[in-house]
Amino acid sequence: MSDVALAIRQVKYENRSFWRNPASAFFTFVFPIMFMVIFNLIFGSSKYSSFGPNGTVSDFYTPALMAFSIITACYTNIAMGVVFAREEGILKRLRGTPLPSWVWLFARITVSVMVAALLVVIIGAFGRAFYHVHLPAGHKLLGLAVALAVGAATFSAIGLAVTSFVPNVDAAPAVVNATIFPLLFISDVFIPIQHQGALTTIASIFPVKHLSHAIIVAYNPLIRGSGFHWQDLAIMGAWGVAALILTLRRFRWEPRAQS
Amino acid sequence: MTVAIDVKGLRKSYGALEAVRGVDLQIESGEVFALLGPNGAGKTTTVEILEGYRRRDAGEVSVLGFDPARRARAMKGRIGIVLQSTGIEQFLTVAEVIEMYRGYYPNPRPLDEIIDVVGLNDKRDERVKKLSGGQQRRLDVAIGLAGDPELLFLDEPTTGFDPAARRRMWDAVKNLASLGKTIFLTTHYMDEAQELANRVAVISAGRIVAEGPPSSLAGRETSHTVVRFKLPERAPALPRTLRTEPTPGDGRVQIEAADPVKVLYELTGWALEKGVTLEELEVARPTLEDVYLKLTDGEAEAAE
Repeated sequence: MSDVALAIRQVKYENRSFWRNPASAFFTFVFPIMFMVIFNLIFGSSKYSSFGPNGTVSDFYTPALMAFSIITACYTNIAMGVVFAREEGILKRLRGTPLPSWVWLFARITVSVMVAALLVVIIGAFGRAFYHVHLPAGHKLLGLAVALAVGAATFSAIGLAVTSFVPNVDAAPAVVNATIFPLLFISDVFIPIQHQGALTTIASIFPVKHLSHAIIVAYNPLIRGSGFHWQDLAIMGAWGVAALILTLRRFRWEPRAQS
Repeated sequence: MTVAIDVKGLRKSYGALEAVRGVDLQIESGEVFALLGPNGAGKTTTVEILEGYRRRDAGEVSVLGFDPARRARAMKGRIGIVLQSTGIEQFLTVAEVIEMYRGYYPNPRPLDEIIDVVGLNDKRDERVKKLSGGQQRRLDVAIGLAGDPELLFLDEPTTGFDPAARRRMWDAVKNLASLGKTIFLTTHYMDEAQELANRVAVISAGRIVAEGPPSSLAGRETSHTVVRFKLPERAPALPRTLRTEPTPGDGRVQIEAADPVKVLYELTGWALEKGVTLEELEVARPTLEDVYLKLTDGEAEAAE
């Protein structure tokens, strides 16, 4: 079998494993939709001036939670899944077979990206059906697609990189959530930030805000033009490249030696 | 006979700790070879160097003609590795997992044969998650067989098994040996080595301290037979020829005999004549375990 055929085949197995795991399939899908409903109920009718005089926070949550979907499906899912596979010895076993190591990583990431894409579609459809948030058209749709793609690549890479800072399975939820949740609150994902301040400055160092911003820009009716926000894409890309370099240098295939 | 594994002067240190200090091994194709040793003796380090997981500091190593440190895909296609208690993809079924691994190898073994060898026929469509510990361990072995390996590494295959499960695993290993596979086994259990291996080596403090067939390891076949029994209180003194070390107060006697037939003849003749009952009479050759404990004396405790 060629390596490409092996990779496609591996995607099928990883995909099957993902969907048969009720906990991960359930939480990955339920969280973004649950947040969508709760946030809209609480804040939905408030004014959102960035989208013009008639803009409401409801308009904000569809793109913002698309960003969350990418982050939870790529970053959280990959980091947790890879740490589990490493600590259980699954990666060590695979390394003892002729399967090229990249094939497994490729398959694992591909499944997460497919899940992210499905989630984005669900959030988009949900926003349109219940909150009348219309998908951008033309160039701005392309801008949205590029923002989502760069986001998925970046957060997959960061998900892989963070595994090298997680010592064991028990520490995985703590490390993964503690790194991402504060950023989700200060980066225009869970709460629309309408005033600049110290927190927004901090947030702009990290990639979460740039992902949400790039998606929100594509949805913003006031902003004309290509729909691309180069600065956001560049900063996300830089994080992605840094994460990739870190992964290449520090990634472990085996649990830390016990003795 | 061709040589499957050839190791000369293997060394490996972790910082100041010298785990392996000059190991030489030669394993021929078709042999079932067991490496024995207490925890911390260098057993796992040696095996993991052969499997390609760790790099050596010095020495020459050849596995099926490959240098395992290069982790060549061609080598990995011809060996099977069964590590100690490794996780398996939980949500796939037994047949799916084996099928997945089969796809990685150039010449996989037929699925049904693999399932048959490890005796998981009635579990083939069960999810891995639902298997018992012993069944998961047999699935570990099944995965190791996926590529129809010429050489199979088995690291403590029956640790934590109940006696019936051990028997089944032993049958599976014997089955493989009968197919002419080379098997490199590590184990803590002497009865396992005795049952399965053609040849064993004992590693202690990073060195091979004894090597040979289990029946004659470290002069086991020539060592003295031990006759043990307990004398009742007020028994008359043993005849002079049978008197050994001072008899402990509880009447237990142990005689090391170069010629056990003669000793037993004298002993039982004396007992019948005097009407003495020899309680708990037993005749034993030193077990592999006795030999092993002598060879690794003190190290087992040191490693605790």
